Amino acid sequence: MTSTVVIDKAAPTRAIKYGSMSRDRTWALRWSYFFLTLFAIFSLVPPLYMVITSLKSSAEISAATNPWWIHHPTLENYIGLLTSNQFLTFFRNSAFVSIFVVTITMLISVPAAFALARMRFWGSATLATGVFLTYLIPDTLLFLPLFKMFALFGDFTGIQLINRWYVLLFIYPTLTVPFCTWIMIGYFASIPKELDEAAIIDGASWFQTLTRIFIPVAMPGIIAATIFAFTVSWAQFLYPLVFTTSTDQLVLPVGIVTTLIKGDVFNWGQIMTGALLGAAPPLIIYAFLMDYYIAGLTAGATKG
Amino acid sequence: MADVAIRQNSAAAPRNVRKRASLRTALKRKSTAAFLMTLPLIILIALLVLYPAFYSLHLATLNKSMQRFVGFGNFEFLFKRDTFWLVVKQSCIFAISAVIFKALIGFIVAHFVHNVPAKGQRKWRGMLLVPWVIPPAMSTLAWLWLFDPSYSAFNYTLSFFGIGPIPWTGDASWARFSVILVNIWYGAPFFMIMYLASLKSVPEQLYEAAAIDGANWWQRIWYVTLPMMRNIIAITTLFSLIVTFANFDIVRILTAGGPLDHTHIFATWAFRVGIEGSDIPLGASVSLFMVPILAVAAIFILRDVNKRGNEA
Repeated sequence: MTSTVVIDKAAPTRAIKYGSMSRDRTWALRWSYFFLTLFAIFSLVPPLYMVITSLKSSAEISAATNPWWIHHPTLENYIGLLTSNQFLTFFRNSAFVSIFVVTITMLISVPAAFALARMRFWGSATLATGVFLTYLIPDTLLFLPLFKMFALFGDFTGIQLINRWYVLLFIYPTLTVPFCTWIMIGYFASIPKELDEAAIIDGASWFQTLTRIFIPVAMPGIIAATIFAFTVSWAQFLYPLVFTTSTDQLVLPVGIVTTLIKGDVFNWGQIMTGALLGAAPPLIIYAFLMDYYIAGLTAGATKG
Repeated sequence: MADVAIRQNSAAAPRNVRKRASLRTALKRKSTAAFLMTLPLIILIALLVLYPAFYSLHLATLNKSMQRFVGFGNFEFLFKRDTFWLVVKQSCIFAISAVIFKALIGFIVAHFVHNVPAKGQRKWRGMLLVPWVIPPAMSTLAWLWLFDPSYSAFNYTLSFFGIGPIPWTGDASWARFSVILVNIWYGAPFFMIMYLASLKSVPEQLYEAAAIDGANWWQRIWYVTLPMMRNIIAITTLFSLIVTFANFDIVRILTAGGPLDHTHIFATWAFRVGIEGSDIPLGASVSLFMVPILAVAAIFILRDVNKRGNEA
C-alpha cells in the first residue's frame, strides 16, 4: 500500500496530436474551460458578495445602488467588529473550543487508531466498524438527548455545564473522534509491519513504537485529521445553538447569527464582515494546506 | 531509521525462538495496553453517542414534562398532525433532490477538471472546493443576503433580463428551491473531489482501448468510467444522503422552516419543537424518524466498506 495522500500533480497529460483527434481535444478543452468558469462563478459568488458587502457602509447598502459594485469602500465594519468586545469574545470562545477539541481528539483517536490497526485484541475489528458507524450518527439525532443528559447531570451533581462554552469540549469530540480514528486506522494500517516489528524486537514499548515510529511516519495523516477536527469544531452550529445562550458564552457562528441579526434591523455590512471573519480561519488553513485538506476528505471514504 | 531496522532484522529470528515465555507475557501486556489505548474512545462513544441514542428512545415515550410514560403517545400525536406529514414530505424532497443534483454536478465538474491540463487542475480544484470549506452557517448568511426580499442582488441582476422580483424565501415553492440550491452549492464540491480522485485511478489504457474500438464519449463514460467509479459513487451518494437528511444549518438560517412550516425538515422541526417549544420528548420522537433512512444507508455503506477491506 502506498501513502494515502491524494496528490496527483503528475497525472498523464493527453497531448496526442493526430489530425481531427487533436481538433476534438481542443474543442473539448474549450468547453471544459467555459463550463469550469461557470461553475467557479457559481461557487465563488456568495463568498465574493460577502467581501463586497463587508466593504460597504450601511448607508450605501440601504441606498440600493448596484449591489455588485462598491462606490465608497470603507473598513468601518471591520473596525466596528474587531473593536467590539462581544465579537472578540465570540472569537476567543471559538478559538479555545477548537484548539482544545483538536487536542482532545488527537489524544483520544491516535492511540486508539494505533491499537485498532496494530494490536489485534478481542473485539478490535468490531470496535473499528463501530467507530465508523458512530461517525454516521448525525448531530441532529443526538442534540435533544444530550441536552437533557447534561441538564440532568447539572441537577444531580450541581455542576452546571449548560450555557458554558466548555460544555462543547465534551460534545464536539463525538463529531471529530470517530472520523479521525477511522482515517488514522487507514494511515496506520498502510505502514509496513516490518517497521514496528523491528522496533518491538529492539526493545521498544508499544508506547515508544507509537511515538517514535508511527506518529512521525503517519504525519500527513495526522495533519489531515487535525485539519478535519479543527474545521468541524469551528463550523459546528447546532450544538452551540442548543447548549449556550448567554452572549459571553457563544462561539462565533452562533454569535453572529443570534446577536447581529436582531429584529427587523439587519446590519448586513456587519453580518457579512462577521461571516467573513468566521470563515477566515478554515479558508486560511485550506489555502496553505489544501493537499492535506483534500487528503483527509477523500481518505474517509476511499480508504477502508 | 533505516540502519536501525536492518540491525534488528538480523537479530529477530534467534531471539524469537529463545524467549517464548517472555513473548507470551508481552502478548498479555499487549492486549492490556491496547485496551487502555482504546479506553477513552470506548468511554466517549458509549457515554456520549450510544447512551444518548438509546436515551432518545426512552425520551420519546415520555410526556412533555417528562414525568409520565405515554408509550407511543408522542408518535400517535405526530401521525395526526398535518405539519408532521409536511415535514416528512419536505425532508424527502429536500434530501433526494439535493443529493441527485449534487452527484450530477459533482460528476460533470469532476470530468471538466479532469479534462484540463494537469498543471491547471490544482487551481480549478482550489476554487471549486471553496463552498465546502466555508462553515455552512457563515455561507448561508451570504445566501440569505443574496436572497433578501428588498435588496436581493440576484433580483437586481435578473431585473435586467426582465425577470420580475423572485420571492426567494417568501414563497413556499421558491423557498424550497432556495434551500435545495444552497445545499447543492455547499455539497457539490465534496462529490467533485471524490469523483476526481476516483477518475484519476481509472487506468488510461481502458480509454485507449475503448477509443480503438470506436467508442464515442458517451460510451466511454457509460462502459468505462461509470463501472470503474461504481463503488465510490455509491458510497459518496449514501454518505451524502445521510448528511443531507440530517441537515440543520442551511434550513435553519435561510428560512427557519418558514414560510408557514413549508421548508421544515426533520432536524429543524425537532429543534423548533424540542428546544424552542421545550417539548423535548416530542422533539426526540421527531428526530427518531431519521433513524430508518440512516440505518438503511449505513448498512449499505458498511457492506461496501467491508467489501473494500476484503479486497485490499
